[in-house]
Amino acid sequence: MRSATAIIIGAGHSGLAMSWHLTARSIDHVVLERGEVAHSWRTERWDSLRLLTPNWQSRLPGHAYAGEDRDGFMTMPEVVYFLQHYAELSRAPVVPGVRVTRARRDGEGYELATSQGAWRCRQLVIASGACNLASVPSLSAGLPAKVASLTPLQYRRPDLLPDGGVMIVGASASGIQLAREIQAAGRRVVLSVGEHVRMPRTYRGRDIQWWMDAIGAMDLRYDAVENIERARRLPSPQLVGTPERATVDLNSLCQAGVELVGRLAGLRDGRAQFSGSLANICALADLKMNRLLAAIDAWVTGNGLEEQFAAPHRDGPTVVGAETTLNLDLIAAGIGTVIWATGYRPDYSWLDVPVLDRNGRIRHDGGVVATPGMYVMGLPFMRRRKSSFIDGAAGDAADLAAHLHQSLDRAAA
Amino acid sequence: MTASNSTPELVKNGVNVDALLGAREALEKAPEAAQFKWRASCEWLNGTHSRSTIGKFFGLGAEQSRDKTFTVEADHPKVFASEDHAPTPVELVLSGLASCLTAGVAAIAQRRGIQLHSVKASLEADMDIQGILGIDDDVRNGFGAIRVHFDIRADASEDDVKALVAQSQKRSAVFDIITNPTAVFVTVN
Repeated sequence: MRSATAIIIGAGHSGLAMSWHLTARSIDHVVLERGEVAHSWRTERWDSLRLLTPNWQSRLPGHAYAGEDRDGFMTMPEVVYFLQHYAELSRAPVVPGVRVTRARRDGEGYELATSQGAWRCRQLVIASGACNLASVPSLSAGLPAKVASLTPLQYRRPDLLPDGGVMIVGASASGIQLAREIQAAGRRVVLSVGEHVRMPRTYRGRDIQWWMDAIGAMDLRYDAVENIERARRLPSPQLVGTPERATVDLNSLCQAGVELVGRLAGLRDGRAQFSGSLANICALADLKMNRLLAAIDAWVTGNGLEEQFAAPHRDGPTVVGAETTLNLDLIAAGIGTVIWATGYRPDYSWLDVPVLDRNGRIRHDGGVVATPGMYVMGLPFMRRRKSSFIDGAAGDAADLAAHLHQSLDRAAA
Repeated sequence: MTASNSTPELVKNGVNVDALLGAREALEKAPEAAQFKWRASCEWLNGTHSRSTIGKFFGLGAEQSRDKTFTVEADHPKVFASEDHAPTPVELVLSGLASCLTAGVAAIAQRRGIQLHSVKASLEADMDIQGILGIDDDVRNGFGAIRVHFDIRADASEDDVKALVAQSQKRSAVFDIITNPTAVFVTVN
């Protein structure tokens, strides 16, 4: 059986950032990777996807984007190249093609069963991603057999979809991006809108991510938030990375011809039933967006920087027609596909250690899992608001590597 | 005026937020105690006139009794050839929605440290009675749409007041009951 002091599962941005910090601390470790570096970015993303964060924000320990297009958004091949280059530069001890099939406690450490034999370690870092599985609501079972059911992990591009219209369930980052491109490809698109986070791509001449970074919102710590569980469940903002830095919101989608309906409340006898709460769902998102923009304005004014930025403005409220559809016969409406853009969750099916809560979420305190010698990386709002972003890996990895190092020292003492 | 110069402790909307938050925390740890059953019984009086009785409910793992039993009557107006002894059931539904949203506004205002001075809700619902009369099968029996208008005086900005009303809808049971489908099972003996 092979062994290492620490094993990191997953060679994405989180795992590589952690590896950099363990190397800096001379802690012997390996990074077990089921495929190649940046495997999920290579294989589980749709073709047109670009990062939601600008290039300058792709910052990892000891490495950052150094190209010309600082305000642009990386395509998936560019992300893969960026991470592969980082793995080479940092000489990360990646062992590719090793899928962990089971992890269980073994004395003071952990024993891993993998597709390439067993491994043992004292410390285990789970950096296998926050979006391994699509969360599909149980009411999807009522979908007529004739209608294809897809998740964004399976979707690639419009022309590979079955013929007919498309109902997209969920209007967060994935849902609005898919609605936009599938509508542009000439399909009928019905977008079922639940709770969402509305944000303009740019504000007062800067990217919204620049503002969130500048005002300190991205660095907000998990232990400074009143209701962290709710903050962790918050859907991803309605953002898309495009060369033209377009803002995509429900108003622009509606103008393009996308039909907005309420949250999917039922599927019965081939009919989809939508909640009548759409107007309020949109009002909540508009108010929340304006609170963020007001916080940005207050930061600008408070720092005496009005001269440096364009004047404040507010996009209009989301327009919800009085005649929203509450019922749709999917077959009669020609809907050939439903795409469940209803969120993602990590896959812990291989984790044979009792650290999951009753909802299947891993119990942790800022990434320190509720069992000795185990850490997790890259979950939403794990230690900071930016924990699930590429830009969040550096700070979290530094903190958790320090914790890991200390616990090794304590064990040795 | 803004809410920034008031604190939840000094605001008096008559809602015990500490007790509500305490209950929330306790129920997070014991979700089975969160399972409630609400009940009403109804007896026919005459014509379209009926009287509902509302008393015990189940919650926090036990039968809960209250100090008194409430009665609510319903009837139909004279244009329906009825006696108009009481509001129609659909008007009671509007009343339920209004009361639920109003209670939510008060509780959320208390939590957010916003002093309320007055809260008035006006509701109007559209109904095409060709549905209930069986004239046109394509017309539903229930409301086509409901419009709620709140008139609120409070020590808060316009957006903060709008946020109260939006959050109240988000957490309202009756709003959810009306805007989403619910399975209904009816038995007879």
